[in-house]
Amino acid sequence: MSRFRDLAALSLGVILAASAAFAQQGGKLGLGRPASPDELAAWDIDVRPDGLGLPEGRGDVLTGEELYTGLCAACHGDFGEGTGRLPALAGGEGTLTDEFPVKTVGSFWPYLSTVWDYVHRTMPYGNSQSLSDDEVYALTAYILYLNDLVDEDFVLTRENLPAIRLPNEGGFIPDDRAGTELPAFSAEPCMENCKDRVEITARAGALDVTPEAEER
Amino acid sequence: MSDSDGRRGATRRGFIKGALAAGAGAASAGAAGAEAGDPAITELQPWMRAFGPGVDASPYGLPSEHESHVRRRYVEWLRPDTISAVNFTPIHQLDGIITPNGLCFERHHSGVALIDPGRHRLMINGLVDTPLVFTMEDLKRFPRENRIYFLECAANSGMEWRGPQLNGCQFTHGMIHNLMYTGIPLRHVLDEAGLKPGAKWLLAESADAAAMTRSIPLEKALDDCLLAFAMNGEALRPEQGYPLRLVVPGWEGNMWIKWLRRIEVGDRPWHQREETSKYTDLLGDGRTRRFTFEMDAKSVITSPSPQAPITHGPGPTIITGIAWSGRGTIARVDVTLDGGVNWHTARLSGPSFDKSLHRFYFEFDWDGRPMLLQSRAIDSTGYVQPTKDALRAVRGVSSGYHNNGIQTWAIDSEGRAENVEIS
Ligand code: HEC
Repeated sequence: MSRFRDLAALSLGVILAASAAFAQQGGKLGLGRPASPDELAAWDIDVRPDGLGLPEGRGDVLTGEELYTGLCAACHGDFGEGTGRLPALAGGEGTLTDEFPVKTVGSFWPYLSTVWDYVHRTMPYGNSQSLSDDEVYALTAYILYLNDLVDEDFVLTRENLPAIRLPNEGGFIPDDRAGTELPAFSAEPCMENCKDRVEITARAGALDVTPEAEER
Repeated sequence: MSDSDGRRGATRRGFIKGALAAGAGAASAGAAGAEAGDPAITELQPWMRAFGPGVDASPYGLPSEHESHVRRRYVEWLRPDTISAVNFTPIHQLDGIITPNGLCFERHHSGVALIDPGRHRLMINGLVDTPLVFTMEDLKRFPRENRIYFLECAANSGMEWRGPQLNGCQFTHGMIHNLMYTGIPLRHVLDEAGLKPGAKWLLAESADAAAMTRSIPLEKALDDCLLAFAMNGEALRPEQGYPLRLVVPGWEGNMWIKWLRRIEVGDRPWHQREETSKYTDLLGDGRTRRFTFEMDAKSVITSPSPQAPITHGPGPTIITGIAWSGRGTIARVDVTLDGGVNWHTARLSGPSFDKSLHRFYFEFDWDGRPMLLQSRAIDSTGYVQPTKDALRAVRGVSSGYHNNGIQTWAIDSEGRAENVEIS
């Protein structure tokens, strides 16, 4: 009896050790449970540039204008020009090489799917996921219109969205630091008499924008 | 700085002045009497006479009230509100390599999600054999690992691209923390769902109202990413993603999705808002780098610095700071006192972990003359932290993110420090 118990304990130990090793090797522990279709539908809301994830639906510029005026303009401005420190959604074309570039959907964003996805997941600010799919199509159409990229009779649909190109799509390049920076920044550094003279060229004190400056 | 620091400083200065006056008096009046002893010794202090609070007076312990000035700070003009905002780790007041949990900087896009862990789920979907749902209890049954990593926001030092702006390393370099995470390798959970052929990218998503999303190459996920539920031995703080956050070692902080609720597997990136409109690097020629995940090697002197001046005058003086690299460990840190004419190799102290903060010290005898202090990190790949001008020559000034240039503090003869740039 007691020997039997020992044996059982021993084999249990073997099983546990074996399954831990199994997990390390990429096996399965049988944890978790399958996601149901309604659970997937509730959470799988992301949209890709090729249209994967876009739901059925449509929306036109004029419907979008009405929605925008009621739900968005207070923060993003009547013409998408932004208010205070809240972001502009339109304008800024041709400013990317300026001293102070203005990055908007029209001037900077590479893909329209990102507008649909972002507005749908988190706008209006403070009332996330309150818009219907058709409303998001209409608002996205209106943001295109604010950027002079479509006419006022334009209708955005699941079918035509992936084909619409934003002006700066070609402006993006992959991370090229491995070629452009790493070799240049990997030389053995100088330790002695590295410069003839040193001058201060700029000071933060001149700006005085640090919080609690009076306490320091 | 803070009230309590100010008082302490005033007392110390008062003491020095008093001692000087006493010395002068003694010189003029001869041996008119012994100097009065230090009241900290000659007078009975309250804590020497009476009991303090008993055991359990503070079941979750807090720092001394004399340390209340050591806190995160917020820069009001940076962001429109405190909901999608950032505050900063007080790195000028910390030592060692571990950041205390309550001092880790915060960056949220829809405030702090207050999640009931019993109602938190992690879903794995997309290119997998079986889409799965896990409870927190399920996740804690996978084999765990403990690892120490820094997390740096890609926008750390971002305000300084055009020139020195903020007087304090808390503000210029405080979007960083370094913690021991307890969690499970992400690959275990992906294996559990079964990756389908063609799987190349993941999309991680948060459960807060921002539903924050980032695309992550599968290779990285299988290499060293963790699903973490603890920081420094206790549950994650709500502002750090309680009950579950993604750990993406060495890569920009925005990818370390907090309040993690879902990971989708796909064959290409999603180009979400935080990897197109934000967290991309606009170069001077109008082109924009995307998917600049790795954090370049960087260091900063945390003391002395504008919020932590030298208060003791000439004599033995300690320079200390932190260094880190998203590509490995820190091999060496050099320090200069004269704006880069001559450099001295600093002393590293404390454990040296991959993709973790390293602590350096340089002890010297300050002659009381003004100094231009800089530190320069060299990582295990041989990469040498560049000057800000060298970075600008490659990237222009509108990049906003990934500013790892060498920081300069000008120290005046009083020991005060200012954020400057030099030739
Ligand atoms: C209460 C103010 C407010 C309202 C109302 C609002 N937004 Fe926003 N919006 C914001 C803030 C703040 C951000 C930036 C959030 C962040 O970065 O975390 C933002 C960001 C955006 C962006 C991304 C901008 C960029 O350049 O990255 C888009 C697009 C957008 N909002 C669209 C909308 C639309 C469409 C509506 C109406 C349905 C709307 N917003 C309503 C405050 C608001």
